[in-house]
Amino acid sequence: MTDPPAIEFAHVQYRTTGNRILLNDLSLSVQRGEILMLLGASGSGKTTTLKLINGLLQASEGQITIDGKPLQDWDLIRLRRHIGYAIQEVGLFPHYTVRDNAALVPRLENWPPQKLKARVDEVLHMVGLPPQEFAARYPNELSGGQRQRVGLARALAADPPILLMDEPFGALDPITRVALQREFKQLQQRLNKTVVFVTHDVGEALLLGDRIALMESGRLSGVFAPRDFLESSDPAVKPYVEAFRAMQQVFD
Amino acid sequence: MFNFIFSHKREVLALTGEHLWLVGVSMLLAIAIGVPLGILLTRRPRYRGVVLGGSNIVQTIPSLALFGLLLPLPWLGARADRLAILALMLYALLPIIQNTFVGITGVDPPVREAAAAMGMTSRQILWHVELPLASGVIVAGIRVATVICVGLATIAAAIGAGGLGEFIFRGLSMVDNRVILAGAVPAAIMALAADQLLGLAQRLLTRKRH
Repeated sequence: MTDPPAIEFAHVQYRTTGNRILLNDLSLSVQRGEILMLLGASGSGKTTTLKLINGLLQASEGQITIDGKPLQDWDLIRLRRHIGYAIQEVGLFPHYTVRDNAALVPRLENWPPQKLKARVDEVLHMVGLPPQEFAARYPNELSGGQRQRVGLARALAADPPILLMDEPFGALDPITRVALQREFKQLQQRLNKTVVFVTHDVGEALLLGDRIALMESGRLSGVFAPRDFLESSDPAVKPYVEAFRAMQQVFD
Repeated sequence: MFNFIFSHKREVLALTGEHLWLVGVSMLLAIAIGVPLGILLTRRPRYRGVVLGGSNIVQTIPSLALFGLLLPLPWLGARADRLAILALMLYALLPIIQNTFVGITGVDPPVREAAAAMGMTSRQILWHVELPLASGVIVAGIRVATVICVGLATIAAAIGAGGLGEFIFRGLSMVDNRVILAGAVPAAIMALAADQLLGLAQRLLTRKRH
C-alpha cells in the first residue's frame, strides 16, 4: 500500500459568513516531503487554503484529508501541534523570551525539561540564532529578520512533519530575504518536511518550490514543476513568467 | 488643621481604617466581578451593549442618589457599610470591565492567531497570552476605579457608613474648615498613594516590552 499524500483537498469550497466565496472547487494534493508553493495575487485564496489545513478556517464544502485521515476526525489541538506554522507578521509572544517563544509547542506537549532545552538550543542554532546570544532576548530586541527566524524556530521546535508558511519572508529587506530563502532551502534538504508555502513572489516560488500551484480569484489555475511553469503557455501563467523575465532582463 | 488631626489622632486613624476597608472590599468585589465579565464580553460580544451600557448608566447616577436608591434593598439595606460597598463596587465596575475588554481585544491579532495555530487551547490562550498582554491595561482600569472609589467613599458617610467623609460632613455642618480638611487630606493622600502604587504595578507588568 502506498503512503497517502500528506495533505489532500477534494472539491473544497470556502465561504465567508457573508456567503462570499473565497475558494471554489479546490482539488490538490501535497506529497510527503515536497515543498508546494501557493502562488497568486492577493485575494486569490492562498492564505485561505493554508488556514483550512490547520483548521483556523473550516471548509464549507468538500473534504480535506491530512495524513490519510479526514480533517474532521482529527482533534484540532493535536492536529495543530502536528503542523508548524510561520506567518509574515510572525506573531511572536512579546512577553516571552526567544527561548520561551521557541519552546512553545514542546512545552504544550509537556516535554521533559532537559529534552526541551536541548531541542530549543538545537532549533535556535538551526535558524542561525546562537542561543547564548539570543535565547534571553525579547522579540522587541530583535531585527525583523531575527524575529522571522524565531518564528521559524517556533514552527520547527516540536519537529512537526508538516510546515505551513504564509509569506514568512515577505516583510523583510531583499538581502535578508534572499539569505533566509537560501538557508530555508538548505534546511529543508536536511529536514525533509512537507511544506505548503504561500507567496506572491514568482522568484521565490521558482527558487523554493518542488511544485507551484497557481491560484487566481479563489480557483486553482494549475500545478506546475518550476521548469514547466517557465515554459507553460497557459494564459494564467504567462503574466507571471513575463514579469519574471522582465526582472531578469534588468540584470542582464 | 494639623493640630486638629493630632488632637484627634485616634479618630482619624479609625476613620481612615474604615475608609480603607470600604474601598478595599468594594474594589476586591469589583475586580472579582469586573475582570471575568470583561473576559466574557470578549467571548460573547453580543452581551457587550447590555453590560457596558448598564455599567455606563450606573456611572451617570449621582453618587448621593445611588446611595439613597439602594436603601430599600433587603439585607444590604440593613447596614450602611454594605450599601456603601455595593454602590462603590458598582461605580468601580465600568472602568474594570471596559479595560479588561479593551486590553484583551487589543492583543495583536497575529499573536492570537499564532497561539491558536500552535495548538493552544482557548483557555491556554487566555491565561498565557491574552491576560498577561492585557494586564497593563487591566491594572490601569483598576487604578482609575480605585482613585474614583477613594473619593466617592467620602460620600458614604452621608448614609452613615463611616469613613473619612464623617469629618467632611461634620466640618460642613460646623462650618469648620479644619474638620473638613481632617477628612479631605487623608483621603487625598490615600488616593495619591493608591494611584502611585497601582501605577508602579502597571509599569512592572509592561516593562519587558515596547
